[in-house]
Amino acid sequence: MSILGTRVLRTEDPRLLTDGGTYVDDVRDPELGRAARVTFVRSPVAHALITGIDTSAAKKAAGVIAVLTAADMDDLPPPPPDSGLTGTEGLPFPLGGVWSEPLLAVDRVRFVGEPVAIVITDDRYQGEDAAELVSVDYDPLSVVVGFDRALADDSLLFPEAGTNVAVSTETPAEGTAFDACEVVVERTITNQRLAPVPMEGRAVAARWADEKLTVWASTQNAQIARFILAGAMGLDPAKIRVVAPDVGGGFGAKIGVDRDGLIVAWAAKHTGRAVRWSETRSENLLAMTHGRAQRQIIKIGGNRDGRILAYRLEILQDTGAFLRLGGFLPFLTSLMAAGPYDIAQVQTSYRVIVSNTAPINAYRGAGRPEATAAIERAIDLFAGEIGMDPGEVRRINLVPADKFPFTSPCGATYDTGDYIGALDKVLAGAGYDELRAEQAARRQRGDVRQLGIGLASYVEITAADADGGETARLVVHDDGTATVYTGSSAHGQGHHTAWAMLVEAELGIPMDKVTVIHGDTDLIPGGVGTYASRSLQLGGVAVQKAAVEVREQARALAAEMLEASEADLELDVDRGVWQVRGDPATTTTWAQVAAHAGEAGLAADVNYTDGKPTFPFGTHLAVTEVDTETGQARLIRHVTIDDAGTVLNPVLAEGQRHGGIAQGVAQALLEEMVYDEEGNPVTGTLVDYAIVTAAELPSFELLSSETPAAINPLGAKGIGEAGTIGATPAAQNSVIDAVSHLGVRHIDMPLTPARVWAAISEAREAR
Amino acid sequence: MKVTVTVNGDEVAADVPDRTLLVHFLRDVAGLTATNVGCDTSSCGACTVLLDGRSVKSCTVLAAQADERSVTTAEGLSDGSGELHQVQRAFRAEHGLQCGFCTPGMVMASVSLLAENPSPTEDEVRTALEGNLCRCTGYHNIVRAVLAAASERRPN
Repeated sequence: MSILGTRVLRTEDPRLLTDGGTYVDDVRDPELGRAARVTFVRSPVAHALITGIDTSAAKKAAGVIAVLTAADMDDLPPPPPDSGLTGTEGLPFPLGGVWSEPLLAVDRVRFVGEPVAIVITDDRYQGEDAAELVSVDYDPLSVVVGFDRALADDSLLFPEAGTNVAVSTETPAEGTAFDACEVVVERTITNQRLAPVPMEGRAVAARWADEKLTVWASTQNAQIARFILAGAMGLDPAKIRVVAPDVGGGFGAKIGVDRDGLIVAWAAKHTGRAVRWSETRSENLLAMTHGRAQRQIIKIGGNRDGRILAYRLEILQDTGAFLRLGGFLPFLTSLMAAGPYDIAQVQTSYRVIVSNTAPINAYRGAGRPEATAAIERAIDLFAGEIGMDPGEVRRINLVPADKFPFTSPCGATYDTGDYIGALDKVLAGAGYDELRAEQAARRQRGDVRQLGIGLASYVEITAADADGGETARLVVHDDGTATVYTGSSAHGQGHHTAWAMLVEAELGIPMDKVTVIHGDTDLIPGGVGTYASRSLQLGGVAVQKAAVEVREQARALAAEMLEASEADLELDVDRGVWQVRGDPATTTTWAQVAAHAGEAGLAADVNYTDGKPTFPFGTHLAVTEVDTETGQARLIRHVTIDDAGTVLNPVLAEGQRHGGIAQGVAQALLEEMVYDEEGNPVTGTLVDYAIVTAAELPSFELLSSETPAAINPLGAKGIGEAGTIGATPAAQNSVIDAVSHLGVRHIDMPLTPARVWAAISEAREAR
Repeated sequence: MKVTVTVNGDEVAADVPDRTLLVHFLRDVAGLTATNVGCDTSSCGACTVLLDGRSVKSCTVLAAQADERSVTTAEGLSDGSGELHQVQRAFRAEHGLQCGFCTPGMVMASVSLLAENPSPTEDEVRTALEGNLCRCTGYHNIVRAVLAAASERRPN
């Protein structure tokens, strides 16, 4: 029996459980032996002109090696020219020209936490002391926080741009579809700003020696990091080695290397000293990117029989002080706006504004949770308006199983699915009718603690950039072991286990003889890395294809060795030996075949793409208990189907779902990155920013469903982001459902006790 | 000041600045890097170690406060036979870790919990681990791991 699909425990764990792995700050390579510490001097104000920087006192402080500002960055190439893109011509990405993001701030700061100077010291405590001594004169400017201030355009972050609106699409003319609707509901809702908070913050170490830059980075993509470093530093990529050791979580916020990391790498080259930086959590909350941050105007229309005829989503995206991926996120939201429903007319538009807050970037789901949150709220508002069960409204409008592939009005072609099946399994698995009966009983009794049942059906897009492909190199050695070099990059997902399983399944080389190497550009120059739930369907398939290529090479070699024709040779995967068909005594091993290959080696290089994204889907059902006197909401059950095609290892797939559900529920109930009107972060530590804990969650109830992807041989779709996409609106809908009988129709996230209590009070007063 | 700490059974002595935190003493002086720093407000628990057998957040303890005392870190948890400690074993068996950064602290907090309460309920485990944050697992399998380790310890 193939090992694929079985519950294999992780090969990564013994190491992580005992010596704790090797994260960037743990790297003790001799090359970094005397590395100095980099400490950032960050802007304490949100918007100001820099009129002077005095580093003299800091330079005299104990242990200080250097204090560097933008004035010292005279050895870097100029910033990229204006791309000429306004965002309407194509996919908006980091814009150059007037929108350029500097490394150290030049003459203006645009958010609290922006890097202004660095101090390099022998040890970490000296750095904190010396950073305090750097004196920066700020001439305050009017602060732009929030969509309305940004759109007013009375204070501009980039005066040369002439506006705070960096990217916009044309607003489609209002179609006639709403005119034909018996019921139309419109609402403005918020998808709040979140902090990614990987448990390991950003960390970079760097060394410049022999005209080569080596950078150890906590990154999801060593190769992309190298590409970005080469551009920013004006270096030939061949002169840069990037190493991604163990990485303590990424969630999209560690794609490539960001500005702060580039500054650290530059400092190593500029000073000739090996340097290292590992940010504090306060720095992380202020200056790592944030996610989400959309205001959405939703309009939904349909008939009283439950059929939805038209949906419209207008998006305002706050991208923070600079355009990183912030221009791309609402594009993805628009692409997935229609959700898993068959709606005749769907219209979207978006505008991206800059504000004096930390830049927005990808965060687990990156534009798709925002799409799902909008339409799932809209469906519930519509169901409430026509007085129909929200499960029934979903069933009426979900794309039926016989309509795949299905192209949505937004232009996405959903590959395979059974959306109604997923909904029905979840309703049955949760005991939906019993839950509704319990809810009715509590309402009847007027209980203080009311029950809420929230649904979210979703379809999402994974490997959205499938064209980028992924690399794998597989080598079988003459001792019978194998090494996989993957362009994909692990930061908790279990790639090392999964890739070894693929090799064992194809070649019969047992997992414990397979070494998986990722994240070193000297060993793996080509690769894309991990984001967009792309790893298994691209990187995993690449490994499998490399194994198939190696197997066919080996077949020819073994035929030669056993003096048989290739057609008569078979690989006994269970024993891991080649044999002549019908003659199990005549065998040769992988070690022998590899030895026979000699200098030519037994190896394959694959760069795989299937050229198309995949579309996982599912339904989440959240049960909450809401205390109507205090507004406290508590998740008591969470039941899901997340169908991501054929599952390689249920242990890993379930782990991805668990983590995503927790982050999704956290967005719905707890988390928000808040700035005051002056652009001061109000939630700048983990005391204020409410990461969900074990005490606030139940165990989750995962149901299984596997509808294979059609376009890759593993049948795999992505699973990394399903949890945040499905769980967030399910939990939000659940809390609102718990108090809907009191007249509450909507509460913006996060649904804190104060907000829930206020919504109940407001609804009671209105009655 | 001179500080002498018994770390995982071995004496580690060094002259360190007065303000040296125990976590930095462990990482930079003792060279034991399993214990991580995940925040600066004592919120996340990634730095949890046992100080004289009880769990503490080593980012909130000065090395000086550990002088002449005994510290156990994740590196010192197993008995040296090469076998994992039963809590480590349970974390692996139940997939209670993903990126691994919170794991040493989470394991040490769990060891401390089971020492105080050998047969916790699920709610008790969840409450006891409230001070240890994990961003990957949703805690589901961490809780299962602790419950599994507890039932393994119980005599039949």
